[in-house]
Amino acid sequence: MSYPVLGGGFFLAGRAAAETKRRLREAGLAAELVRRVVVATYEAEMNICIHAVSGRIHLRVENDRVKVVATDRGAGIADIAQALRPGFSTASEKARQLGFGAGMGFANMQRCADSFRITSEVGCGTTVTMEFWPRPQTEETGP
Amino acid sequence: MTVIEAAESLGLEVLTGPQGLPRTITGACASDLLSYVMARAKPGYLWLTIQVHPNVVGVAELLELAAVVITDGQNPEPATLEKAREHGVTILTTPDPTYAVAGKLYGLGVR
Amino acid sequence: MKLREVIEALDAEVLVGQDLLDREATTAGAADAVSDVLFFGRPGMLLLTGMTRAPMVRAAEVLELAGVVVVRGKRPDADAVQLAREVEMPLMACPHSLYDACGRLYVRQLSGPLPVPHRPRQPAPGE
Repeated sequence: MSYPVLGGGFFLAGRAAAETKRRLREAGLAAELVRRVVVATYEAEMNICIHAVSGRIHLRVENDRVKVVATDRGAGIADIAQALRPGFSTASEKARQLGFGAGMGFANMQRCADSFRITSEVGCGTTVTMEFWPRPQTEETGP
Repeated sequence: MTVIEAAESLGLEVLTGPQGLPRTITGACASDLLSYVMARAKPGYLWLTIQVHPNVVGVAELLELAAVVITDGQNPEPATLEKAREHGVTILTTPDPTYAVAGKLYGLGVR
Repeated sequence: MKLREVIEALDAEVLVGQDLLDREATTAGAADAVSDVLFFGRPGMLLLTGMTRAPMVRAAEVLELAGVVVVRGKRPDADAVQLAREVEMPLMACPHSLYDACGRLYVRQLSGPLPVPHRPRQPAPGE
């Protein structure tokens, strides 16, 4: 399954994440797994909305493993290490005032995903690949 | 209530600016939007936020806030701590989320 | 705490969900960024926020929050209200600051979000 995501319009952010949730619930996956995939997908979707021209979110479910690939066309990221630092953001002041661009997107994705990879090319775009599988439950369900 | 009393009641950790601990708290503001805090917070306020960058110190100093409480277990950046020390700004931290810290302070009469 | 009690405690106006006021909020949390909602939002949580746009409602929806209260006398915009109606997410507005709103609910025993533990990476099935 794949969903197109429009850049330059963070007001539409969240639709791919909502659709992802619906699909994963239909597939009967555990609630904690669904939650992590949805959170990470939403963050990836917001990045596309805020920073890219356009993008796509690809979702694949195999038994109880989920793979999400978020790919976009845009300026790309010159310094990935810097971009991954919690709190680092290139979002505009206006975006932040509306609740976006807090700089926690990648941190949230890395925390939720069991496998996280990012590649980017300046002037082309960025691809984030994440995989998820079930985690054992404790009394307090994280993350 | 003074900053040190609030810190002791809530188990807040003091990271910088111990000289500000005896200050009386005049109120509190919870916001992660600097522009909002600039518009609303008053001298002597406690500011509850999850923001950890050095701008937090600038705002606290400009507005003469009693202290900044960084919530949710967030760790201030080294540059933030350094700037706070240079400018005599009191920074406290807590693992508790903003909602609970605000709730406890409100319950103690900080309004 | 039922949403109707929340409304009373916060002098709030109900914009969406007049028929959902018996719903229980089990915890509450404050956030001014979507990422923060995604970080600690849990089913049954009441969100207190200054955000007014549709993506905030979307976050509440996908995390199955009990409802959203927009604070500081702000109003959610038309898209946010529309989306809240579509997904049946109770949406309220209150005149108080975020700090006061947290305080008013906390002293009425509505507890905060559960701690978010750090989880070490688990091996993939078959690893």
